[in-house]
Amino acid sequence: MYIRATGNISPQKTFGHQPLVDAVAYTGNRLACIEPDYKDFIDPKQIRRMSRIIRMGVAAAMECLQEAGVKVPDAIITGTAYGCLEDTNSFLSKMVEFNEELLTPTSFIQSTHNTIGAQIGLMLQCNNYNNAFVHRGFSFESALLDGIMLLKENDAANVLVGAIDEITNTSHTILNRLGLYKQGPVSNLDIYKTKTKGTIAGEGAAFFLVANEPSATDYAKLDGLHTFYKPEGIDEIEKQIASFLEKHLVSIADIDLIITGKNGDAGEDKIYEQLGQTVFNAKEVINYKHLCGEYPTAAAFAMWLAAVAIKSGELPAALNYTGSADKKINRILIYNHYQGIHHSLSLLSAC
Amino acid sequence: MSDLKTQIIAQLNLQDTKPEDIGDDQSLFVEGLGLDSIDALELIVLLQQQYKIKLSNAEDGPKVFKTVRTMAEYITAHQAQNA
Amino acid sequence: MLNNNEPVFVAGTGIISAIGNNVAECLDALENGRAGMGQMRYLHSAHGNRLPVAEVKLSNDELAQLAGLPNIKSRTALLSLVAAKEALATADIENIKDLRTGFISATSVGGMDKTENFFTGFLSDNSKGKLRDVINHECGSVTELVADALGIKDYITTISTACSSSANAIFLGARLIRNNIVDVVVAGGTDSMARFTLNGFNTLMIVDEQFCQPFDENRRGLNLGEGAGYVVLVSDKVAATLKNKPTIILSGYCNANDAYHQTASSPDGIGSYLAMNGALKKAGLKPEDIDYINLHGTGTQNNDIAEGTAIKRLFDPHYPKMSSTKTFTGHTLGASGGIEAVFSVLALQHGIIFPNLRLQTPMVDLPFVPERELVKNVEVKHVLSNSFGFGGNCSSLIFSKLE
Repeated sequence: MYIRATGNISPQKTFGHQPLVDAVAYTGNRLACIEPDYKDFIDPKQIRRMSRIIRMGVAAAMECLQEAGVKVPDAIITGTAYGCLEDTNSFLSKMVEFNEELLTPTSFIQSTHNTIGAQIGLMLQCNNYNNAFVHRGFSFESALLDGIMLLKENDAANVLVGAIDEITNTSHTILNRLGLYKQGPVSNLDIYKTKTKGTIAGEGAAFFLVANEPSATDYAKLDGLHTFYKPEGIDEIEKQIASFLEKHLVSIADIDLIITGKNGDAGEDKIYEQLGQTVFNAKEVINYKHLCGEYPTAAAFAMWLAAVAIKSGELPAALNYTGSADKKINRILIYNHYQGIHHSLSLLSAC
Repeated sequence: MSDLKTQIIAQLNLQDTKPEDIGDDQSLFVEGLGLDSIDALELIVLLQQQYKIKLSNAEDGPKVFKTVRTMAEYITAHQAQNA
Repeated sequence: MLNNNEPVFVAGTGIISAIGNNVAECLDALENGRAGMGQMRYLHSAHGNRLPVAEVKLSNDELAQLAGLPNIKSRTALLSLVAAKEALATADIENIKDLRTGFISATSVGGMDKTENFFTGFLSDNSKGKLRDVINHECGSVTELVADALGIKDYITTISTACSSSANAIFLGARLIRNNIVDVVVAGGTDSMARFTLNGFNTLMIVDEQFCQPFDENRRGLNLGEGAGYVVLVSDKVAATLKNKPTIILSGYCNANDAYHQTASSPDGIGSYLAMNGALKKAGLKPEDIDYINLHGTGTQNNDIAEGTAIKRLFDPHYPKMSSTKTFTGHTLGASGGIEAVFSVLALQHGIIFPNLRLQTPMVDLPFVPERELVKNVEVKHVLSNSFGFGGNCSSLIFSKLE
């Protein structure tokens, strides 16, 4: 199956399909998306009820469909761990504040986890399959697997798959209290150098159009996707990686580049460091979460990065990567874990 | 009526709409301003919050919320009742 | 790898709802016309005296005891665990440890019941509010509490498409089996009562202050309910190894989008029509093959006319028997598709059609009338179950009894 088009709103200048020349630097433990002018993508009449995450999701989806030249996809599938937090927060706060009186419906109806997929369907007048996965660090991968199955079942020829998560003041405050993020001054470009606990908060909206048939402008082939939950230890992780590669008939030597989900948290990064000494030993490995921050659907950013790298044969300049100087990048393995609980592997190759 | 228009714009988050853009007798729903059933519910709360008027039967909505003028008349009539 | 025609069997069922804490209790209530609505007892809401609800008749402590896990505090997770455990127990798969097993759960509120408590403290001071009340806010977190308690880890995910969530979970489960990703899957959904949803539906002015009357000309809205319902789906290969060879299959399924409005259904119910029609096609059945439709039937003006219009377009003049079991359980939102899937299986197993309670005046715009009384000793071979949700999300499942 083929990744025909992408649309990505992130804390980097990823929207608009321009080459990613420089990495945007942030200080502090929160990265926020660089948002486009939505008027180009969303009718003002429809935008008035949309909170930030819905606008980001809809705009990323529209850009993806425009690039694909697809007006109405055969299916729309989204993944979001947290859903529409700002709308949830707004309704919940007013409910507590006004003691369940004088509430209005807008933030409630927009808070539903499938709102983004529903809004895309509504804008496109698309009556086709529409689903929403909300499983923490598996949300994106679950959505993608659903799409892959639909293509295999011949119930769809193309599927729009996206991952959307936002960080809000409230969620940042709560997740900070839960100890997820680094304390004290930190720059996103230096997170892998720190040896402390915690990561930096991120967010994003990344959409892909995946299709059964190749086209002249595809980014990459998506050869495989696998998830595993709460592995017992590093041995099981290594086994999972080995059997994933075996299933897709490639050896680790065939992989030109590995993208891992290091996030700067000394504890969580241990897994990647251990793998660096075993299965990933002597391989070209890069990280991406200094660009988008850590969030449950961050693996979608990695997939975007892999797709862009394979299409052009090299990583965007913003990655400062020199390993591909003499060699085109043809095959990428993405390995990501979220909080040590949700692990995923994706294999992409040149068309 | 200008105040009421400002309140409607704020309550419904009608971006890029100014009070003078809404005619006193312009239809608020469908072919006019294009409002829908959710907006009607928002307007019910607006009446409650700003004017202490409770419209308990949602089916009265279409009549009351036909235009800014019908809304203003409803408010005037019910404020007189309350006073 | 993919076997698109492989039959997927229903090997087990589990339910907890306002009308019973297990399948047998629910069946008894359905056969005897006992509805589960009443005055609010466990949820604390400002609307407690005004709005009847269909609560599970157990406190959180009692639920934890029933589930055998005193450490789980989330009501949504506890309901899920009770029903999922029952489903697995009735499936009685001896060698389950050697099989690839999945857990696909659906929910619309997730851990919201606890988040509400957190917010009361948090809003007054951002350093306040007990963190343990908010750590299971995410829908997926509720699923994991239950998956871990059940010992399932091969494939776990959560779906949230409002009121069609668990219908979508069930057919995703069947597809995972057909795609050879798992052999066994526990699929369905759970939702507990929460002030968030109660107030949300209340702002839409679609909550009935009396017991709801779906498909009645004078219907006033829905009653909210809570509960969980799961089916255990198994591959053909696994089914053959079971002591009691299952006889019911999930024969058809389809999801379609109404693409009309975020909350309202289109007047012609295009999404509902496409979902039902798609499920029939998938099952290779004709409308006249359906013996019973378990209606979405919420009792709102909008849903019932849209659903009824879609049924008229698809089934006229061959109307099967129909009823909304939400007249018993209330609308359990993300759990409703799971609960009603189990009811559909019960209709097939026992040859019964459940009554649509409190139906007084049939809708004038529809040429059919749902069943008012229990129908017993009828041949039920194919049941269609409808679940429609916000965002125009429409899903239909068809369960069939093998000869």
